[in-house]
Amino acid sequence: MFDELYAHHTWETVKELIYGCNEQDVQHALSAESLSPEEMAALFSPASDPFLETMAVKSSHITRMRFGNIIQLYAPLYISNECTNSCVYCGFNRNNDIKRMTLTLDQVVDEANLLYERGFRHVLLLTGEHRKAVPVSFLGEIAEHIHRKFASVSIEVYPMETDEYRYMSQRGIDGLTLYQETYNREIYSEVHPAGKKKDFLWRLTGPDRGGMAGFRKIGIAPLLGLADWRVEGYFTALHALYLSKTYWRSHIQISFPRLRKAPGGFHPPVEISDYALTHLICVMRIILPDAGLVLSTREPEYIRDNVMSLGITMMSAGSRTEPGGYTRPGLADNQFSIEDSRSPEEMCRVIRGHGLDPVWKDWDRDFIS
Amino acid sequence: MDVKKNSDDLIIAGRTFNSRLFIGTGKFSSSAVMDRAIIASGTEMITVALRRVDLDNPADDLLNAIMKHEKIQLLPNTSGARDADEALRLARLAREMGCGNWIKLEVTPDPRYLLPDPVETLIAAEKMVKEGFIVLPYINADPILAKRLEEAGTATVMPLGSPIGSNRGIKTEENIRIIIELATVPVVVDAGLGMPSHAAHAMEMGADAVLVNTAIASAHEPVSMAAAFKLGVEAGRAAFSSGKTVETLTAHPSSPLTGFLRD
Repeated sequence: MFDELYAHHTWETVKELIYGCNEQDVQHALSAESLSPEEMAALFSPASDPFLETMAVKSSHITRMRFGNIIQLYAPLYISNECTNSCVYCGFNRNNDIKRMTLTLDQVVDEANLLYERGFRHVLLLTGEHRKAVPVSFLGEIAEHIHRKFASVSIEVYPMETDEYRYMSQRGIDGLTLYQETYNREIYSEVHPAGKKKDFLWRLTGPDRGGMAGFRKIGIAPLLGLADWRVEGYFTALHALYLSKTYWRSHIQISFPRLRKAPGGFHPPVEISDYALTHLICVMRIILPDAGLVLSTREPEYIRDNVMSLGITMMSAGSRTEPGGYTRPGLADNQFSIEDSRSPEEMCRVIRGHGLDPVWKDWDRDFIS
Repeated sequence: MDVKKNSDDLIIAGRTFNSRLFIGTGKFSSSAVMDRAIIASGTEMITVALRRVDLDNPADDLLNAIMKHEKIQLLPNTSGARDADEALRLARLAREMGCGNWIKLEVTPDPRYLLPDPVETLIAAEKMVKEGFIVLPYINADPILAKRLEEAGTATVMPLGSPIGSNRGIKTEENIRIIIELATVPVVVDAGLGMPSHAAHAMEMGADAVLVNTAIASAHEPVSMAAAFKLGVEAGRAAFSSGKTVETLTAHPSSPLTGFLRD
């Protein structure tokens, strides 16, 4: 599993590798057909900063060739904001005094129906980490209901055992999203002081368990704002490459979540500039020509509109990050505040304005019997 | 003499096609651009990924955009299917939906290069043919697999030139040459054709048709690129039908060096 490969790398050695690259290394990497670890490091290095335009052109070209002129749309559906963890950056932190709730099956179906009416055919189910409030069996029940209507249903919930993932897969879930948050083990411990989430390796090997369970799509990400984005980016790419080789039937996706203000008053320790975000997206595309790259409504209009044609293949629109947010707003508090509040319809107009075709459906539930 | 040379009609499963250029639909920036590219290409066969079609919604935009063109044979494809069962399920659904019984069989378990699984493709093809589908399988350029599929009753074989979306041209030339030589069904070179010259090359080799998606849809001007591919295909076909001259490594001067012997 990935923990074995991870054990061969320390944060410091990777950092040295990245910061030791010079302009020549970058030029070499940009003309290489397949990338060695050193060449990969060069693309994240400060020496690569002046090459951003070149990387953006390359990234954009690869994306158009591989995916065509399309952006696939999806919507998050929060089932619960109850949580036993105390992640310092998260609105659902158990120590935060917020309005909490777990939707009933009927309420989830109401939310799903509204998303369906808005045009969505890809939906991502989310919860906090609270196995009592949202047991695996309940998620399975929800999956079975939602799967009847939507082309693709993915989960972004607490990490599970392989057998539990297999159960979810059998209930119609085709994708797993599990952010590592940070690949820096010390920072990981600091920001996840309590709950099951303290266990770094349990989370790190979650995508492996998902791969073994046969999920068709596996999504990973670092939370941008916890640690040095260059090193974080390198580890994320390493993880993605590992997953795509090991679970070669699964499609790998990478998200770029920049930390946002959340209830609890957390301020991200590392500032991630628009430049850094753009750099990360372009480099990920160059390293992983076939990965799905996801940009959510965490990002403001200005950024979303400008980077959508550079390498992104999936975007959410009109999102709510609290349970019941679509049909019963105000009943519960959100995980973080979204920055781009444009409706799905408006988003489609914007996507078309960039010469791209918004795609609602790019999967079929009947792949899974 | 080869029957293909007697008449220049392409016939697949009893249907005659006036164009030897087939078009994919998944990558256009809008259906308006796709429409114009379809017209410019002169194509009569268009493939569409079933995973992009809303099978719950009879008024699906993508299908309607294609179906409104006259003389077009709709060729739904099973891209995204990981094994024979998944491909079969999709094909059956498409038929129930009214998409007809033509199917481009794609079983591509590897999402990186989208290379076809030969084992599952053969299994799926055998079952689909038995269920009455007209099956056009996407395969790697494997001559024996092509023969096995032909025996299973597929309407064509569709070997790849290079991986989908790579625009690298015909990298599998030697095997495609053998497939064409041995085939008794039309051979359609599918995937990897990045330029009209690649399409012309395939046709010169004796392919019966080519399928192009990325090179047209991702071009700066998809409509004029579609027209360029039409010309490339026609030129290649005309060259093939005219009897290509043989390549040699030595020069053949028009005044022979040994001409003096005949003086």
